Amino acid sequence: MYKSLAEICETEKRTGLPFWKIVQEDDCTERGVADRDSFEQMRAMYHAMQDADEQYDGSQISASGLVGTEGKKMQQAREAGTTICGNLVAKVMEKALKTGESNACMKRIVAAPTAGSCGVVPAVFLTVQEEKHFSEDKMVEALYVAAGIGGVIASRAFLSGAAGGCQAEIGSASAMAAGGLAYLMGGNAKEIANASALALKNLLGLACDPVAGLVEVPCVKRNVIGAVNALTAADMTMAGIFSKIPPDEVIDAMRSVGRSMNEDIRETGKGGLAGTPTGAEIREKMAHI
Amino acid sequence: MNLLDIIGPVMVGPSSSHTAGAVKIGQVARKLIAEKVMRADIFLHGSFLATGKGHGTDKALVAGLLGMAVDDPHIPYSFEIAKKEGLEFHISGIDLGDVHPNSVKLNLTGISGKKIEVIAASVGGGQIEICEIDGLSASFGGDYPTLIVNHLDVPGRVTAVTSMLSKKGVNIAGMKLYRTVRGGEAVMVVECDQEVPMEAVAWLEGLEGILKVTYLSLK
Repeated sequence: MYKSLAEICETEKRTGLPFWKIVQEDDCTERGVADRDSFEQMRAMYHAMQDADEQYDGSQISASGLVGTEGKKMQQAREAGTTICGNLVAKVMEKALKTGESNACMKRIVAAPTAGSCGVVPAVFLTVQEEKHFSEDKMVEALYVAAGIGGVIASRAFLSGAAGGCQAEIGSASAMAAGGLAYLMGGNAKEIANASALALKNLLGLACDPVAGLVEVPCVKRNVIGAVNALTAADMTMAGIFSKIPPDEVIDAMRSVGRSMNEDIRETGKGGLAGTPTGAEIREKMAHI
Repeated sequence: MNLLDIIGPVMVGPSSSHTAGAVKIGQVARKLIAEKVMRADIFLHGSFLATGKGHGTDKALVAGLLGMAVDDPHIPYSFEIAKKEGLEFHISGIDLGDVHPNSVKLNLTGISGKKIEVIAASVGGGQIEICEIDGLSASFGGDYPTLIVNHLDVPGRVTAVTSMLSKKGVNIAGMKLYRTVRGGEAVMVVECDQEVPMEAVAWLEGLEGILKVTYLSLK
C-alpha cells in the first residue's frame, strides 16, 4: 500500500492514470490478483454495504438498550420534510445512523475502516448514488479511492480507537468518504487528497470515549458527523478551497495527537463521555446485568 | 494488511478490533495447534479486559477457536456452541506489561494433549499480530502460510529452511529472525506465498539444531 498521498498524486502526473486505478494496480500486485477479480471483490463490499442498509430493522435495540430506532426517527423526519439540512444531508444522517445501529446490534456490516466507523462511507456513497445516479462501477471506483486513502493513513498513523482515539476511526472514515466523494465530483488526485485532509483536520483530537466501553454511545451518532463532515470537505475542495497543511502532514499530525492522548480516551471506556456521572452510572448498571 | 482490510472485512459487529480481530486471533491460534481444541485458558489484557465483555471479545475468541469466520452470525452464541462441541474454556484478566492494549494470552490444549501458548494483539481494523508462541517472539499477522521454526542459534539453520523452501517452489513473502541470547534459542518466522508441503515441515522437525516447528496453514 502507498505510504503517502503525495506519491499517489505524483503517480497520477507521471502515468495519467486516475487515483482509483493507481490504488487498484497496487492492490493487484500486492495480493497477486487480476484487475477484474479485484474489482469484483470491491463490488462485493459495495453490495454488502447496500445489504446492511436495506436490512436495517427500525425496531432493533442493542443488548444494552442504549441504541436503537434512531435511524428510523431520522427517516421519518426526512420524509416529513421537517429537517433544516434538506433531503440529501438528512438521508446521509439517516443511513449513517442505520448502519451504526445495526453494528451495535451484532448484525453484519462492512468495516470501513473499522466497525465503529462503519456508517460513514456507506452513508455518503449510498446516498449520493441514490440522489445523483452514479453508475455502480463508478461507486466501486470511489471505494478504491476511499480504500487508498485509508491505506495511507494505516501506513503513516493508525486506524483503531485504542491506538489513536476516535479521530483514527471516524476521522479516517470521514477522510476516506471525502476523498471518494471528491472523485465522484470529478476531482483529480490532488483534489481527492485535499478533501481527505480537510475532513481529517476537522476531527483531529476526537476522543474515543465509549460509554460502558460499548460501541454505542457516542459511536453511532459520531458516524453522522463523520459523514456530514465528508460532504462539506468535498464541497469546499471542489469550490477551490485548499488545506494550508499538506495532506500527508495532516495524517502525521493525527498520529502525533493520537500518541499524546491519555489511555483514558483511547477506547478504555474510562474518560470523556464514559467518565461523566451519567456515563459512569450506565457503566455501573451494565456491570449488574 | 491489504486493501480489503481497509474497506472490509464484512463482519459481525460491534468492533473490528475487539470482535472481528478477536475471532481471527482464535482462528489463527486454532490453526497453530493444528488440532481440535479441548481446553482454552483465555487471559484478557488492557482494553480487551476493560471493554471486552461489552464488545463480545470473549465470545469472539471462543468463536474463532471453534473455527468460525468473522461474518458468522453464530458468533454471539459461541459459548453455547463450545459446550456442545466439548470445548472447555476459562476467561480471566491479566497484566502482560508493555504490550498492545488489545492483547490476549491463550493457553490451549488439543485433543491429543498437545499444548500451545499464544500471545496475540488485535491491532485495528480486524488485523492481528501473533506476538509470542510458547514464550518466544514471533511477529506475524496470520495472513500468509507461516512457518515458525524454533532452533539453536548456530550457523546454517536459516539456510536449511530457505533452501528447503526453494526446492519446494515456495516463495518467501517476509522473514524475521529473533534470538534470546547469542548462541541460545532462536526463532525464525517465515511468511510464504504458497503452502509448505506437510512432509517438508516434518523433515525440518528432524533436522539437527531444530527444536520445534509450528506451521500455520491457511488451507
